[in-house]
Amino acid sequence: MTTRGITPFLWTLFGAGGMVSALLFPVHIFLVGLAFPLGWVDAPDYDVLYGLAIHPITRLYLMALITFPLFHWAHRFRYTVYDVFQLTSGRKLVAFLCYGAALVGTTMAGYTLLAMGW
Amino acid sequence: MSAWWWLENRAYLKFVIRELTSVFVGGFAVLLLWQVRAISAGSEAYAVFVDRLATPGFILLSTVALLFVLYHTITWLNLVHTIVVIRLGDRRVPDEMITAAHYVLWVVLSVAVAGILLLK
Repeated sequence: MTTRGITPFLWTLFGAGGMVSALLFPVHIFLVGLAFPLGWVDAPDYDVLYGLAIHPITRLYLMALITFPLFHWAHRFRYTVYDVFQLTSGRKLVAFLCYGAALVGTTMAGYTLLAMGW
Repeated sequence: MSAWWWLENRAYLKFVIRELTSVFVGGFAVLLLWQVRAISAGSEAYAVFVDRLATPGFILLSTVALLFVLYHTITWLNLVHTIVVIRLGDRRVPDEMITAAHYVLWVVLSVAVAGILLLK
C-alpha cells in the first residue's frame, strides 16, 4: 500500500481521536488529575474501579479512549513537526516514529485490557 | 526561516498552540494507559499511581494539560460542522445547530462519566 493509499485511513483515525478526546478528555483529566488528588471529591475505591474496568463495555470504552487519541496525536504532531521545523528531508522518519509510537501504545492497551482478569 | 516563525504574529501563534494541543492529548492517552495498567496490576500498584498524581509536579502538569485539552475541545467543536454534514430531506442542517448539538453532547457525556465515577 502506498503512503497516499493509507492517508484517508490515517485521517479517519485522526478525526475519531479528535472527537473522542474533545468530548471525553476534559472530564477525565479534571477528575483523575485534579479533583481526586486534591480531594475536591471522593475518589472511587480500588475495588470499585477494578469492578468497573473489567466490564466488557468498559474495556471497549478504554480501548477507544486510549487508541484513537494516540493516532490523533501521531497525525497532528507529525504535521506540527513538518511545519515548525520547515522539514524538507526526514519527513518519512518523523511519520514512522509518530505512527509507530501510537501503534506501540495501541498494542500495550490491547494487551493490558485483554490480559486483565475477566 | 527560523524554527520560531510562529512567534511572529497572533494568527501563527494560535495555529501552533492548536497544533500543540495534540501533545497533551497524546500525553493524557499515555496516562490513561498507565492508569489501566495500574488497575490491572492490583491495589498496591494503583495506590502508587494515585500517590504519584497527587505530587505538585503532576498537579501542575494536569492543570496545563486541562487548559490545552479544553482549547482542543473548543477549536474542534467549532470546526466540527465542516466535517459532519447532516441532511434532512433535501435541506442541510445549519452549521450552528450541528455545533450546538456537539456542545450538548460534550456536557451529557461529561456528566455521565462523572456520574459513573462518583455515584459508586
